[in-house]
Amino acid sequence: MFRSYVLVCGGTGCTSSNSPKVIEALENEIKAVGLQDEVKVVKTGCFGLCALGPIMIVYPEGVFYSRVKPEWIKEIVDEHLLKGRIVKKYLYQETIDGDNIKNLMHTRFYEKQTRIALHNCGVIAAEDIDEYIARGGYTALEKVLFHMQPQEVIEVVKASGLRGRGGAGFSTGMKWQFTASAEGDVKYVCCNADEGDPGAFMDRSVLEGDPHCVIEAMTIAAYAIGGSQGYVYVRAEYPIAVQRLRIALAQAREYGLLGDNIMGTGFKFDIEIRLGAGAFVCGEETALMTSIEGNRGEPRPRPPFPANKGLFAKPTLLNNVETYANITQIINNGAEWFASMGTEKSKGTKVFALGGKVVNTGLVEIPMGTPLRTVIEEIGGGCPNGKKFKAAQTGGPSGGCIPASLIDTPLDYESMAAIGSIVGSGGLIVMDEDNCMVDIAKFFLDFTVDESCGKCAPCRIGTKRIYEMLEKITSGNGTLEDIDKLEELCYQVKSASLCALGQTAPNPVLSTLNYFRDEYIAHVVDKKCPAGVCKSLLQYVIDPEKCKGCTACARQCPVGAISGTVKQPHVIDSSKCIKCGACMATCKFGAISKK
Amino acid sequence: MDTVRLKINGIDVEAPKNATILEAAQSVGIRIPTLCYLKDINAIGACRMCLVEVKGARAFAASCVFPVAEGMEVFTNTPKVVAARKGTLELILSNHRMDCLSCPRSLDCELQALANEYKVDQYRFASNTKLEPDIEASAPHLVRDNSKCILCRRCVAVCKNNQHAAVIGTNERGYKTHIASAFDMPLVETSCVYCGQCIAVCPTGALTERDDTDKVWAALNDPTKHVVVGPAPSVRAQLGECFGMPIGTNVEGKLIAALKRLGFDKVFDVDTAADVTIMEEGTELLERLKNGGKLPLITSCSPGWIKFCEHYYPDLLENVSSCKSPQQMFGALVKTYYAEKAGIDPKDIFVVSIMPCTAKKFEVTRDHMSAAGVPDVDVSLTTRELAAMIRRAGIEFTQLKDEVADPIFGIASGAAHIFGATGGVMEAALRTVAEIVTGKTLANPDFHDVRGIANVKEAEYDLAGTKVRVAVTSGLENASKLLDKIRAGEADYHFVEVMACPGGCVNGGGQPHQPGQVRNFVDLRAERAKALYSEDAAMTLRKSHENPVVKELYDTYLGQPGSEKAHHILHTKYVARGLYNNK
Amino acid sequence: MKTPADLAAIRVAKKHLVASRHDNMNAVRVTVGMGTCGIAAGARAVSNAFVEEIFKAGLDEKAIVVLSGCMGDCSLEPMVTVEVPGAEKVTYVKMDAAKAARVVAEHIVNNKVVTDYTK
Repeated sequence: MFRSYVLVCGGTGCTSSNSPKVIEALENEIKAVGLQDEVKVVKTGCFGLCALGPIMIVYPEGVFYSRVKPEWIKEIVDEHLLKGRIVKKYLYQETIDGDNIKNLMHTRFYEKQTRIALHNCGVIAAEDIDEYIARGGYTALEKVLFHMQPQEVIEVVKASGLRGRGGAGFSTGMKWQFTASAEGDVKYVCCNADEGDPGAFMDRSVLEGDPHCVIEAMTIAAYAIGGSQGYVYVRAEYPIAVQRLRIALAQAREYGLLGDNIMGTGFKFDIEIRLGAGAFVCGEETALMTSIEGNRGEPRPRPPFPANKGLFAKPTLLNNVETYANITQIINNGAEWFASMGTEKSKGTKVFALGGKVVNTGLVEIPMGTPLRTVIEEIGGGCPNGKKFKAAQTGGPSGGCIPASLIDTPLDYESMAAIGSIVGSGGLIVMDEDNCMVDIAKFFLDFTVDESCGKCAPCRIGTKRIYEMLEKITSGNGTLEDIDKLEELCYQVKSASLCALGQTAPNPVLSTLNYFRDEYIAHVVDKKCPAGVCKSLLQYVIDPEKCKGCTACARQCPVGAISGTVKQPHVIDSSKCIKCGACMATCKFGAISKK
Repeated sequence: MDTVRLKINGIDVEAPKNATILEAAQSVGIRIPTLCYLKDINAIGACRMCLVEVKGARAFAASCVFPVAEGMEVFTNTPKVVAARKGTLELILSNHRMDCLSCPRSLDCELQALANEYKVDQYRFASNTKLEPDIEASAPHLVRDNSKCILCRRCVAVCKNNQHAAVIGTNERGYKTHIASAFDMPLVETSCVYCGQCIAVCPTGALTERDDTDKVWAALNDPTKHVVVGPAPSVRAQLGECFGMPIGTNVEGKLIAALKRLGFDKVFDVDTAADVTIMEEGTELLERLKNGGKLPLITSCSPGWIKFCEHYYPDLLENVSSCKSPQQMFGALVKTYYAEKAGIDPKDIFVVSIMPCTAKKFEVTRDHMSAAGVPDVDVSLTTRELAAMIRRAGIEFTQLKDEVADPIFGIASGAAHIFGATGGVMEAALRTVAEIVTGKTLANPDFHDVRGIANVKEAEYDLAGTKVRVAVTSGLENASKLLDKIRAGEADYHFVEVMACPGGCVNGGGQPHQPGQVRNFVDLRAERAKALYSEDAAMTLRKSHENPVVKELYDTYLGQPGSEKAHHILHTKYVARGLYNNK
Repeated sequence: MKTPADLAAIRVAKKHLVASRHDNMNAVRVTVGMGTCGIAAGARAVSNAFVEEIFKAGLDEKAIVVLSGCMGDCSLEPMVTVEVPGAEKVTYVKMDAAKAARVVAEHIVNNKVVTDYTK
């Protein structure tokens, strides 16, 4: 038994900030001072406050060291772990409350969160099945296999109100019911871990931090619907998640929790991993399934629906990682417990990946219906550098934006749909006054154009034309007529595309047109970018009052666009200027600005 | 069969339970436009032209794949639906090189027809880049221009699903998607068999046959050349379709008349050579039956099938008959037998064949196809190219009076005519072989068991104690299944007919185009063959060995079928080929 | 292959590993004064003893052991404070491993302060 546990995040975010070196340093130093029998180092998954990574939490005190450098470890081990003197200067400063150190669950970031899907992430050793079991793992599966009938399980999931967390928000219980009722000699249980939305990493964190929770849930689902084989389709760009999953599957098989005779009941189920190959469209259910079959990853029309004819033309259940991550607790704590959180139609919690212009970027899990304001101002800590919040983008390339005027919108399926946005998979990008909404729309269309599978003309050609129009507008060559044409084209692509990628690709454009039409108009009429982002519309100007004529800028300019005599105010020729900004960076007198 | 009741545009419809909305609509005279759907070949719901509104549904339904349901209410032409179709057409046209003035498919193009119907042009969503031709023309039979491709995927589907070759596919994704072979390698280096089914199903001018008409015009206008032409059996059955005549109309008389007006020095008939083929191949079969030769004997008149065998079943090449195809026998005999008879130097004879086939353009270049020391056939034109020549020459086809081919090499039996249908070669051979083996005249020359469009047809005949088991197949996917059985030693046939094109030559890669609207509701294979079977049934000369031209050929020139001279002139050799990087 | 009974055994055996990884606001807090003087006086043996006794008593979820720096009275070391939620903090002085066992059994389990060891 150990006195103390030092948890270090080994998720992708903290790993890329060097947490493996922190872990290595810890293990070496703890051994060096002879503490290896008293203090255990635990490599966990993501605990959420990614902005402060690498993250290190010492239990049982619950103190939170942030942005940990390997060079600090000797001091921390000597002072804190050996001598009991917490090294305050390395702590997350918000936890310091005079002489007291607050538990980090009482900081602004964590106070309003309810970690259900993430309940084990950042807490257990990600590669140790025993820790998962110790925390109640596989009790839900035991309950299901020994004490519940398949239909009972489905009823519980239905009653919980859980809806698909991948973005569509379809009733999970209904989906299980359809697949259970379908006729087929073989049924499949699939997990969608393709997570393609830019800025989304909820599913990644669950797989990196708590892979067994997904395995257990898939096994429960297989029991409920009569499935015998499972597949986790995970994007190849998640090597740590894949590795953790591989280890977890091997451990589960070793313990007989997967295989031919699960827990001695004779129930058979096993899971294979299938890697994606760099296609966002393979997150679409029919494209995902045909990809597993070895074909080009392209969606197909429905009906038939996957519940009836899916993978290998058999009834197939496909759920998102986060959807599965809720199942074990719903089974153990009951449908009413889950349904007691959230709103009337959107039950439970949702994990959001908070990114962009916000102080506390990271992973956040909140009850459905939490207002956006809470997420941005309290949990997120607001926009940094005193900038004004402008809009939040949810749902990635399929979603819309929520303008500052609607910051009190609750985050649930119905409320978001009512304002023209979607909850989506959970990506939540915060934007401030320095973001150009037309540029944001263009960013998402750039992504969609690249990811379109090419099967149907409206998406294949339509998204490209939308992007071309946005380029035209942001380069200063657009007209008012272009804005109307753009809107019409968006509706065309939305209504005629074969799958949800094309049907939702225009959403960022339509949403920004709806709430920020004045920005579009400024781009085409005034040929100006109000946020100062679109390069072609920027003008770099020298203020003659402030200019000392030192010629430093003229000498920096790579294209000789600045002219003037020594000690006289200089002038930039905007027809030559390539908007590189070198002059502004050089000027010591603040005489150059861009507008 | 169970049916369901639904409403389409307010009209009550009763349709089979597993029908699609498209089929149900057609049954009450409602046409829903399609560009990518082709029955039994391509059902992927990709082009989005067939979108319809279904009451209560969240989004449009692709009617070509959407199944009907009891009580469904469908609307095929609401303003929203029309707007969606127009928008899709606009987008397609914005990425389509509009070459309509000189494109070979102009007035016969499914995209052009729809664009005109919806009054759409591309200018609203015009791209800034000017489209240049994007040509791939390495293979001898076709030209691909991806700047005109609308990515309907019909060509990919027919090549993979129906022809077992899968040498073309979609490369890259999104806007950069294009149809090409693996790693964009030239088509000629793949195991493409040149069957031309991809051309036949293409709705636009993206895929066309290589145009060899200029060579023929040049020959016709060259006074030093003696230009001889012969049409294949199927041409007379389908040429009328190019001039607005109903499918299945036999236009043999007008065909010959048109060829004469085009200025050919002699208008013979390849069907005559088909009768010779039966003599040679029938003899070959009897030889193998008697002397324990390689069985089953497999027919060899389909050059697409031959190339397929060389790529995919080289171990079965010994089974294939060494007989040349009727086209090649035709040219060989014209440049030997006829040249001698007419006293013309074979080097001055220019032989043109009119074929329903694109692989014949390759066949004329094969080795061991020069009986007189010069290529047996100089140019093979498709039915489509002939139609273009007839139009260019200002010949009013439908007004022509029937004429007959020059009798020196222009008389053919009914058995020869039915070569164009699947099972035709088999039936023709059986008529001759049966009479030779039994020594008796057949009471009824019809062999119905080998007719029809089933994937594989089998029959067993007792010919004076000799049991002869036969099989007939068409379409290379069907052929591959049969050949797998033969290869595994599980098939017990003596004689097998294989045709590359589904349904036989009447549905060949060089035949007139029929748009999806026709192909989806009319079985071309069956309808087109009718012209040949009815011509045969009405004739008195119905067996190859009774053909007087054939008799004289053997009596005065070749001797016996299978003689050394016959072998030199009328037989050929094959070569095993790899699947990729064929140089 | 693990039966439910096997899994239950693992749960029991490994419970202590994960028991303390939450905010522990309602746990009994045993603070052992460390610092250089504490270590010199043998405080490490005391903290280890507390950990072991708490584990043996099956109280991993109810009580935690933390360290602190020097508590001040170096002559009274090793010093240990025990805070039961809702009750006053009790300070024990001149502790050793054996005394730790008694504090766990009486104070933490039965809520009876061991006045013999207090200041």
